[in-house]
Amino acid sequence: MTPFLQENVVFREVYCFLGGNEGNASWCGGDGLLPGGFEWAAYFAAGFVIMFILVNAALLGAAVFVWSERRLLARFQARRGPNRWGPWGIFQPIADLLKLIIKEDIVPNAADRLAFTLVPIIMLMALLLSLAVMPFARNTYLVNLNVGILYIIAVSSMSTIAIFMAGWSSANKYAMFGAMRGVAMLISYEIPLVLSLVGVVLIVGSMSLVSVVEAQTVPFLLVQPLGALVFMLGISAELNRTPFDILEAESEIIAGYHTEYSGIKFALIQAAEMAGVLAASGFLATIFMGGWSGPFWSGQLGAFWFLVKLAGFVMLFIWIRATFPRLRIDQIMAFAWKFLLPLALINFLVTAVQVYFFGFYQGDVPGELTRNELWIMAAINIPVALIAIGIFGRFSREKVRVPEPVFQNIAPSPRTMEVD
Amino acid sequence: MLFQDLIFWALAAVAVVGALGVVLLRDVFRSALLLVLVFLTVAGLFFFLAAEFLGIVQVLIYAGAISILIIFAIMLTQNVQEGNLPNGLQFAAVLLPALLLVALAFVAFDTDWRLIADLPAVGGTAVEDAAFRDNTFTLSKLLLENYALAFGAAGTLLLASIIGALSLVRER
Repeated sequence: MTPFLQENVVFREVYCFLGGNEGNASWCGGDGLLPGGFEWAAYFAAGFVIMFILVNAALLGAAVFVWSERRLLARFQARRGPNRWGPWGIFQPIADLLKLIIKEDIVPNAADRLAFTLVPIIMLMALLLSLAVMPFARNTYLVNLNVGILYIIAVSSMSTIAIFMAGWSSANKYAMFGAMRGVAMLISYEIPLVLSLVGVVLIVGSMSLVSVVEAQTVPFLLVQPLGALVFMLGISAELNRTPFDILEAESEIIAGYHTEYSGIKFALIQAAEMAGVLAASGFLATIFMGGWSGPFWSGQLGAFWFLVKLAGFVMLFIWIRATFPRLRIDQIMAFAWKFLLPLALINFLVTAVQVYFFGFYQGDVPGELTRNELWIMAAINIPVALIAIGIFGRFSREKVRVPEPVFQNIAPSPRTMEVD
Repeated sequence: MLFQDLIFWALAAVAVVGALGVVLLRDVFRSALLLVLVFLTVAGLFFFLAAEFLGIVQVLIYAGAISILIIFAIMLTQNVQEGNLPNGLQFAAVLLPALLLVALAFVAFDTDWRLIADLPAVGGTAVEDAAFRDNTFTLSKLLLENYALAFGAAGTLLLASIIGALSLVRER
């Protein structure tokens, strides 16, 4: 039995309840239900229980999120939102799901059937895989990978390939437009996304999300304001949420890459997108707000603190969606390359200098920055962040060339005008 | 051990069959998707060797970025319906991979492989053991201390190529 599994609370409880002390699991209190020689069954059962909880939490969470987003968006737009089915309309997502399951599952004749069918599966798989490293409470996670931060970015980048597959295999020009826009956008946003987390990795000295939570005596939102901003904006582009939803822009290209999807496949794609917001909020809460650690009783109330922070970030995502209009593709590209990338690089440089001066590497093993050093870093980094945002916000303000007037007999006069 | 063997052979078989599919399929789109599959199985093999960092970088760089570049190339290809047309380079296409295979096989048989499981048994020190377990830290230390020159040279090469790409596409 590998040590990382016995640290896991859920795994240990289930394994000890079933398998007990038999085999080499001497850390269990007593005997389990199963007779000797059946440790493998306990092992599989414990793993299955964790995955069952994780998958259902993600999908049920997506349902609750759909409801709360629709209600909140309605509030933002002075409407009522779904309020008929159940108290405050809370059963609306269940009704939607039933409708989608009952609907006919149509595959276009010209479509590449295999790739078309694989798309929802790959999207959901990328999302669920990324949840494997998230610490929900103290010692509650599926695995403690020591490359956790890279893992979440690598695994969630798989959804780019799913989007391309959807666009190409649908044999529909709108789906293809959506996929092309999406692939171009997502590959640009991956670079600032990775760079924004380098500062956190430098401070913690490890890429494991469990260590990131344990090292946060001061929330990294204060220590790494630029990193948090870039990560938040980059991840909302990866999630295809409204300011960045050019790849499924309803008013331009029907539904973008999932134009041809219907029935249960559409439901799975939607579930992956919605649960993706929850996962992104969870990672923001874990990396920048201290995850399960709270002001008091973080041991017992860890899951509660985690959910509170997650809900806060979900609210922020909905707020962003309600506030900003959709950007054009050139604006989105300029935003990634001229605004987010320089900010991420500045954050990396400043953090590296600070970590160097605070003597992070004492000898050969990574030490930990003290609470006071983190507060000093926060005091330096917040003004740096404000200045950098001010400077690069001004630089990336685009100059729009006003198109030539339609009257061809008048001499064309190309002017330039500054637009906010 | 049986279970681990099963996983290894499954991964290896999928990788080999997928790689053959990349070469032999006429449909460029499916070739690209199979290439992603091969990259992912190779990442799985890295994980299997307890080299998490290499596995993750394989997913991030190859499956996430290189394959996207290939996808872009497919999207910009005209007459993509004609598929993977043969050209006059079959001989070279067989010869070069064969040479590569010989070189790789030589390296594989020549290297003194030391498995993590064997480390305490063969007298591996505690430091070595820890280095294998936290291989990201060890890898970064090696790159930035022992091989700092090669690391810097690779970085400079990448920077030069980025500047070159920018100067090629710059508006005049």
